[in-house]
Amino acid sequence: MAPGGEVNLETVNTNGKINGKVHYSNGHKTNGTHHKYGHDLDWRSSWWESFEETPLYAAVWTYLGYGLLVLVGHIRDFMRNIGIESQKSCTEPKLPGFVPLYQSWESFYTRNLYRRIRDCWNRPICSVAGEYMDVMERKTYDNGWNFELTDKSQRVMNFGSYNYLGFSENKGPCKDAVEIVTSQYGITSGGSRQELGYLDIHKELDDLVAQYLGVEAAMTVPMGFATNSMNMPCLVSKGCLIFSDELNHASLVLGSRLTGATIKTYKHNDMEDLEKKLKQAVVHGQPRTHRPWKKILIVVEGVWSMEGSVVCLPEVLRLKKKYKAYIYLDEAHSIGAMGPRGRGVVDYFGIDPRDIDIMMGTFTKSFGSAGGYIGGTRKLINHLRCNSHAAVYSPSMPPPVAQQIISSMKIIMGKDGTGEGLRRVQQLKTNIRYFRRRLHELGYIIYGNRDSPVVPLLIYYPARAGCFSRECLKRGLGTVVVGFPATPIIESRARFCLSAAHTREMVDKALDIIDEVGTLLKLKYSRMEVPQWCEDDKNANVPIH
Amino acid sequence: MMAIIPATWDMYDMLQAVIQAPTYHLIFEALLIILIVKLVFSKAYAPDKTILTEKEKDELIEEWKPEPLVPDTPDDHPLLRSMENNIITGRPDKIMTINGKSVINMASMNFLGMLGDESIEVAAQKALSKYGVGSCGPRGFYGTMDVHLELEDRLAKFMQAEEAILYSYGFATIASAIPAYSKRGDVIFVDEGVCFAIQKGLVASRSVIKYFKHNDMADLERLCLEQQKEDKKLPKKAKVTRRFLVVEGLYAKHGDICPLPKLVELKWKYKLRIFIEESFSFGVLGDNGRGVTEHFNIKLDEVDLVAACLENAVGGAGGFCCGKKYIVDHQRLSGLGYCFSASLPPMLASGAIQSLNIIENDQSLFSRLHQKSEKIHKELSKIEGMRVMGDKVAPIKHLSLAEPSDDRSLDNRTIEKITQEASQAFGALAILILLWECLNFAMERGLALTPARYLEHEEHQLPPPSIRIAVNVKLTEDEIAKCMDIIADSCHAVLGKS
Repeated sequence: MAPGGEVNLETVNTNGKINGKVHYSNGHKTNGTHHKYGHDLDWRSSWWESFEETPLYAAVWTYLGYGLLVLVGHIRDFMRNIGIESQKSCTEPKLPGFVPLYQSWESFYTRNLYRRIRDCWNRPICSVAGEYMDVMERKTYDNGWNFELTDKSQRVMNFGSYNYLGFSENKGPCKDAVEIVTSQYGITSGGSRQELGYLDIHKELDDLVAQYLGVEAAMTVPMGFATNSMNMPCLVSKGCLIFSDELNHASLVLGSRLTGATIKTYKHNDMEDLEKKLKQAVVHGQPRTHRPWKKILIVVEGVWSMEGSVVCLPEVLRLKKKYKAYIYLDEAHSIGAMGPRGRGVVDYFGIDPRDIDIMMGTFTKSFGSAGGYIGGTRKLINHLRCNSHAAVYSPSMPPPVAQQIISSMKIIMGKDGTGEGLRRVQQLKTNIRYFRRRLHELGYIIYGNRDSPVVPLLIYYPARAGCFSRECLKRGLGTVVVGFPATPIIESRARFCLSAAHTREMVDKALDIIDEVGTLLKLKYSRMEVPQWCEDDKNANVPIH
Repeated sequence: MMAIIPATWDMYDMLQAVIQAPTYHLIFEALLIILIVKLVFSKAYAPDKTILTEKEKDELIEEWKPEPLVPDTPDDHPLLRSMENNIITGRPDKIMTINGKSVINMASMNFLGMLGDESIEVAAQKALSKYGVGSCGPRGFYGTMDVHLELEDRLAKFMQAEEAILYSYGFATIASAIPAYSKRGDVIFVDEGVCFAIQKGLVASRSVIKYFKHNDMADLERLCLEQQKEDKKLPKKAKVTRRFLVVEGLYAKHGDICPLPKLVELKWKYKLRIFIEESFSFGVLGDNGRGVTEHFNIKLDEVDLVAACLENAVGGAGGFCCGKKYIVDHQRLSGLGYCFSASLPPMLASGAIQSLNIIENDQSLFSRLHQKSEKIHKELSKIEGMRVMGDKVAPIKHLSLAEPSDDRSLDNRTIEKITQEASQAFGALAILILLWECLNFAMERGLALTPARYLEHEEHQLPPPSIRIAVNVKLTEDEIAKCMDIIADSCHAVLGKS
């Protein structure tokens, strides 16, 4: 049994504190409470996921902080309305007779809360988003209403971009291949697949992706977001039922909505809740008419980008088989980044990819490119090629983008004859384990699976989130902070994305900075016993001391 | 305590009241009490609520048979076959290679010939060696490169707008922009002939959609008046109901131009916010390629939002919206496709900037394009048995069958053969297969054309099946003449006329 599991619960319980038992707001379960499904121990034994409970004082102070911000916001709105404070933002002019485009309360949050820490987002960069990046300096003379670029830039370590396997590069074999393709093909394909926009490079890419995934066929789309929103409507329709994890990405939510099917959400990664709802759905059929559902589609992500959790795929698969549902697996953050061969969560769990009905993923993250794919049976892909919105109405992938995927994918597959691909996969994995363990040691509350490349560090207070981001940047670490509405209101967090391009020195340096800033801002909330694991997979569960 | 137990004088009062009450009143109250007791103890009303046992539930689960995930699509489906048989090698320029055969390309939306322009490729390669390919993040999280800002700036300047916002995919641009503003309960007036991206945006907005007949201003006004009547009935609701008007500058499905002056007039009259989708008119219409506003000499301020993709005339990728700052800026937090998607690969942004350089520096580009479009329009109109849809200056032409005047105008044998095959794949849309025959005929003679493809069951309004011809400004007079001959020949050959 993982030392991070059972042992923890006991110690914690004797303390009278129920660290991360059941997370109230997003239904996370942690540290081995998944044992109820204990019949399938082989994957559970190397499973470690943690969602430590929010400390009460942090929750109280955060709510108070929001209360104060809202109060001040209302006072300042009032002052702006009567003209004591000047309007610095660009406001909607009053057009006689027109209904205002925005309601004042709609932008209250943006105007009064978001604006205060606006400098933590949309930071422009002027270099490749690799392991280092050049962040351009912005100046604001009116507290975040407007920004001006100065000519200066700062070189910082990049722990914010989704560059999992480090293929965001401006030199090397991928770049060389893309350069050649650009001069052979140009930068656009000139039409949709069905309207003479199907180039040989697309065929090559489709076939390679299918081979990479281990499925019969695949189809690629030039935008990851659109892969979901434009293909889901071809799969389910009215009279079908979609079970969607409550934390699914906006593109999945939009795609589901465009299908016209009934959508039900279940608690994040909570398989008991899913099974209960699935059972009810199959037994009772459609509401009112009680006709049986035409199809049931379970929509999950491989790794959730805000929580760093990994889908309990074996369990989803069991439910799929039992209730005859179909699985739509979005591997946006897991393809390339998870599994011993970098083939995603399917590879991580050692599951046959042909058991997953719809394999979806993006090329933005691990492949340093853009776009997305759908993989599955030949029957599925034939159907999509004929009926997908993306195949009919919008141009196919720009050739340079396609070439970047082909080149990087071949490297991961080892087709270039070097072990570079596997080295990167291994490096990423080591980085993740090491970084996560060290953060736990430093006493932070870290969410998610120990193998997830997305590492959320809980900050709670929105003001501290802004401060964290600025202080880190000042010290040479570029990272991302997220808050409401992307997370529950009190769970503002910083998010680190690890990369195979990060060296151990870089990771250590980043940890030093995080330690320093964390001490400064008093962010070390964790009361959980520090988990101990090794970076090496074989000894993953052996304590290192 | 005082409040719970009545004080003694209250008790006394109550007793007095009981004694003094008439008998019928007491009986009535007693009956009421009995009724209440009966109601409390009687069995609850349950319309035979079935409680299933676990075994029954398991049986139901066992019994349930879902439909297959997707219907069967054979490997030799005509659409797949036509895709696999027409794979392009290399650059889909004016002259391109399909299956090793060099043909003239009148299929790609390469109106300005940007696809073959070397300087764009050089600019893209230069950006490649600085930024790599992907941006590895959404705009919010270090996915904003300086080239994105530059391109937004340049687009805004070119369109003479306050601000522009860049999307990474053309389709997602208008489809994200509409639901950013229009919410549940709002009203959108839309032309029936709008493209699919707009239709998806409308669905995503969950607003009330009112379609008016294609380019029919009287019909739009009728709907506006209807809405006005409704508003008078519910003035409170009308105060918070935003009204939008969504049209295309140059309709992709019809090839014609929207009557913008009249639309703007109606906008002010009925207080509508007008959004124009300019994917096919941006970089096409107007003396400087600024689109339909320039075509009609209307200030951009008169319209609220212009959205266009960079995939057609500009020869890049992605899309953009432009307009007033207070309108456009809203999308930076509310445009789904903007916030939740990785930004445009910087090398493609650099390519688009170079493309804008060309557009801005070559004054004659657009007059040449219009001239060629008009010439091709004239030539196509001459073909017997066919009808050209659209405006004469539009660089896309839809060539469809003219209504057959009598049965003999089409070769019965061909129709028979074709409908058999077609009915398998497309049901009623046999004509599409007929057009396909034309295309194959043309392809053999060195001209690549494409049918305008639609998802027959998804479109709000399906235009007649057509061959879509795209004009490339770089086509020479000789090439145009040759192409027109080939088109005429193939139509005649397939339609059984000589």
